[in-house]
Order: sequence, then C-alpha cells, then structure tokens
Amino acid sequence: MTFVHAVTSSPVMRRAVLLAPAMLVIGVFFIGGLAQALAQSLGQQPLLGDSRWSFDAYRSAATDPAVRSSIGLTLRIGILSTLLATVLGVGCALVVRRLGSGRVWMTRLFQGTLAVPHLVGALCISLLLSPTGQVSRVAHAIGLVDGSQQFPALVQDGFGWGIIAEYVWKETPFMAVIALAAMTADLNRLEDVSRTLGAARWQRLRHVTLPMLDAPVGAAAILVLAFTMGSYEVPVLLGRPFPAPLSVVTYQSFSDTDLTSRPQAMAVAVLLATLTTIIAGLYLMLVQLSRRRRT
Amino acid sequence: MRRFVAITIAAIVIAPLVGLILWSGARSWPYPDLLPAEGTTRGLDLVTSSGSWEALVTSVVIATSVAILSSIIGLPAGRVIGLHRFRGRRLVQLCLIAPVIVPGIAVTLGLQVFFIRWGLSESILGVVLVQLVLTVPYAATILGAAFEGFDVDLERQARVLGAGAWRATTLVTVPVLAPALAASALLTFLISWSEYILTLLIGGGQVQTLPLMLFAAIGSSDSTAAAALGLLVVAPPVLLVVLISRLLRGRAGLLIGMVRS
Repeated sequence: MTFVHAVTSSPVMRRAVLLAPAMLVIGVFFIGGLAQALAQSLGQQPLLGDSRWSFDAYRSAATDPAVRSSIGLTLRIGILSTLLATVLGVGCALVVRRLGSGRVWMTRLFQGTLAVPHLVGALCISLLLSPTGQVSRVAHAIGLVDGSQQFPALVQDGFGWGIIAEYVWKETPFMAVIALAAMTADLNRLEDVSRTLGAARWQRLRHVTLPMLDAPVGAAAILVLAFTMGSYEVPVLLGRPFPAPLSVVTYQSFSDTDLTSRPQAMAVAVLLATLTTIIAGLYLMLVQLSRRRRT
Repeated sequence: MRRFVAITIAAIVIAPLVGLILWSGARSWPYPDLLPAEGTTRGLDLVTSSGSWEALVTSVVIATSVAILSSIIGLPAGRVIGLHRFRGRRLVQLCLIAPVIVPGIAVTLGLQVFFIRWGLSESILGVVLVQLVLTVPYAATILGAAFEGFDVDLERQARVLGAGAWRATTLVTVPVLAPALAASALLTFLISWSEYILTLLIGGGQVQTLPLMLFAAIGSSDSTAAAALGLLVVAPPVLLVVLISRLLRGRAGLLIGMVRS
C-alpha cells in the first residue's frame, strides 16, 4: 500500500508508470529492432555464433549496382509522389470546400479511400494501367492505339510511373482531407476581411488561405514522403525487380537463400532508415527556420 | 463549373475500383473489349471458400487485438502527453513520431531472428506484437490530443464524491474520451488490416491474413481471383469508416485526417 502511495504521489513516478507500456513497445521493438539491424549489418550474427565487427556489408552494398540504382529511384518515387499528391490534394480541397452539401459527400468519399489498403490500390492500378488494362482498352476504342503492344509501359516500367500513380491515387484524398480539416470558419472570416480590404482573388489565396494550410499540410506531406520511400508491397507489385526501391532491395537480400547476404540486407535497411530520418529532419529544420524568420 | 470539376475528381477517385468490381465477376475479358464478355461466379466461390473464411477470421482477430491493445497502451501515454508539462516531454513525443517516419521493414528485419528465438514467429501473438510498433504511436498521439481538451476537474469531482481511481477512470474519463477512443481503435484496426510485410516477416507465411492471400493471388496472374479477393479485403474497412464517421458526426473523420492510415 505504501509502495502504491509512493508511486501515485510522486509526479515523476506517476508519469513513468503511465508511459511505461508505450515506451516498452517502442523501446523493445523499434529501438531494439533498429539496434539489431545496425549490429547485424556490422557483422554480428545472433544465432550463427560466428561474429566479428566489420564494415564489409557496407562495402559490398556500396559497389552493388542493385543498391546504387536503388537510392535515386527511392528518392524519385518518394519526392514525385509526395509533390503530386500535395498539390492535387490541396487543389481538390479548394474546389470542394465551397460545394455546400457536396463538401460532405466528397469528404466522405476521400475518407472512404483512406481505408483502401495499398495492396488493393496496387491491384487496381495494375488492372487500370497495364498494357491490357482499362485505359489501354479505352485508348484502343477511341483509336489512339492499335493494340496492347503500342500502349506505353506504365506498370513494371523502369521509371516507376505505376508506383507513383498508386501513391498519388491513395495519398491525394489523404492530403485533401487534411487541407479540408484546416479550412475552418476562422479561415472564411479572414478571407472575408481581406476581401473587404481589397485583396484580389489570387492575393487572398497566396497570402491568407495557403499560409493557414502550410503547417498541417506540410506535416502530412512528410508522413506521405516517409511512407512512399519505405513501403514494400506497392513497388514489388507495380515495379521491376531491378532497379527497385531500397525497401524491395533489402527484402531481396534478406530472403536470399545464401545467409551471408543477411548483413548486406541489414546495411540497406540501415541506409533506408537513415535516409527517411534525414529527410524528415531536414523538413523540421526548414519549418523552424521559416518560423523564426516570420516572428 | 466547380460542380463539374468536383464530379470529375470523384470519377477519378472511383474509377480504379470499378475495374476491380468488373474483373471479380468476369469469366473472360479479352482485349480490347471495354466490358467483360461473360460473367462467372468463380470469384464469389473463392471469396466464400473455407480458405478465405479462415484468412478473414485471422485478419479480424489480429486487427481487433491490435486495436484494443493499442488503445489500452495509448490511453495512459496520451494522458501524460496531453496533460503533463515536464522536462523530456519532447523526447517522449520524438519516440512516438520516429516509428511513423522510419519504415517498418527496416525495423523488423533485425528483429526477426529474435522472434524465432523467443518462439513468437509463425504465431498470431508475434504478428500482433510487431504490429504494435506501427499503431501505438498513432493511438498515443490521437488520445494525447484528446486529453489536451479534457477537463481534469470532472475526475476530481468524481473522486470527491467517493469514486476510487479505477471507477473515476471507467465511469468518467473513458466515456468523455469515447469519440477519441473510437477514432484510435478505428485507425489502428485499419493499419493492422492493411499490413503485409511485417505479417509476412514475423508470421513466416504461416499466419495467413487476407493481405497475404491477396498478394499470392495477384502473383498467380488470375485477375478474376485477385479482384474477388481484393473486394473482400477492401469492403470491411471502407464500410467501417463510412459507418463510424457517420456515428461520430465527422469527429472521427477529423481525427483520421490529423494522422494517416
């Protein structure tokens, strides 16, 4: 009883007890998982016993063409998908916000697509954009192509268009939902005031509407970027085995029957984790800088 | 004009799903026909087969367990983030954001060997535990935001009137936070329901959820089977979101909007 009392009366202890379950999950599985990936990439092999510290895995990863071509592809897919989804999502929100009852329906439609698993999204895009997909059939019907061979390769292509299409289709509604949630009655009043003060339409958009959206939309964009750089099932279904993004390359090495490629899989996993962290960190620094400049 | 643009947007959002529905009932659909030539109930038979039923049950069990556990773990953490101001609060928040930024595959590869050693691989328990890494941050963040608007005096009044800590929590705090708890449970359920790679890595192919079954069907290049399974995977979460967001009159939608699925 005295122990319980001591725990609940000290605020520090109380906080520690309340946070313990969440921190246990993150400490063991997240921090532990990353630490293990790092240790195994440096030559430690927990179940094989034969362990020595070395940078061999990183050296072999650096010369592997699969890894080298993967970094640019990962960044390209992540950045292009995020930019397109952000611009289109905010655009959709600007169109939908003044629709009256239509706004409710469109918001519900966007929320509904949030619940669609990416795996299903990848299947849909493949049925839509493959050489014999619906788009190719419509192109044939209106005389744009003579056959499926003439249709441009949009899935399993080297550039990653199919992957980008899936991410943009799934993430644009997400960005629209975020932007719509930020378009409140307060924003309407601010816009009315600026209109009364003589601001033109594009001035209102540039100096009133968009500045109110940049914090929530920016935060959401960074989540989209991290996700599109690290997701596995979309690129594995809609992309090529080579060149493939880092998430696919790391799994390819990991599932190799030759266990000696495990350290390289871990090195690529560490690289992927570092890359997403650096990009998120850069974004946070930019936000801090622009805030300081504004005040 | 605005209405026309909105209808176009809605059509683009819905179009990819139309192909899924058409393919699920198509016996043959030769190029370049715009519509399937013949219908079939093969997709329906597959969806109602015992294999699909088992995968559906496995998915529901895992996603429900993940949703309940995440909310139970996220509630006390959310209380600290929402109500307490202390040194190290930013560090706690950073710990909760990091798993959302760093890809799950990078975290799980190194763990896999330990799940084998601990006897947790190829088990539903192992899959539930590893998925908590993805869901606990969201649950704690949503509930943390809800606690920021929570009036602690409500609990104090209950305590003054003679309720113990447990009764004050279950009879006052939880009911007041019910919308946020529902949003947290819904979002974590959706994340778990859609999860593929962590389930594959830790479940070792032995824990057959619907996404694993769908992935195999897509690989077999049987479009009818893949589309039918795709509909089975997509229908429950979409219905759930539409139903719950109506129940909560948009509040859950807003909270879902604050984070992502």
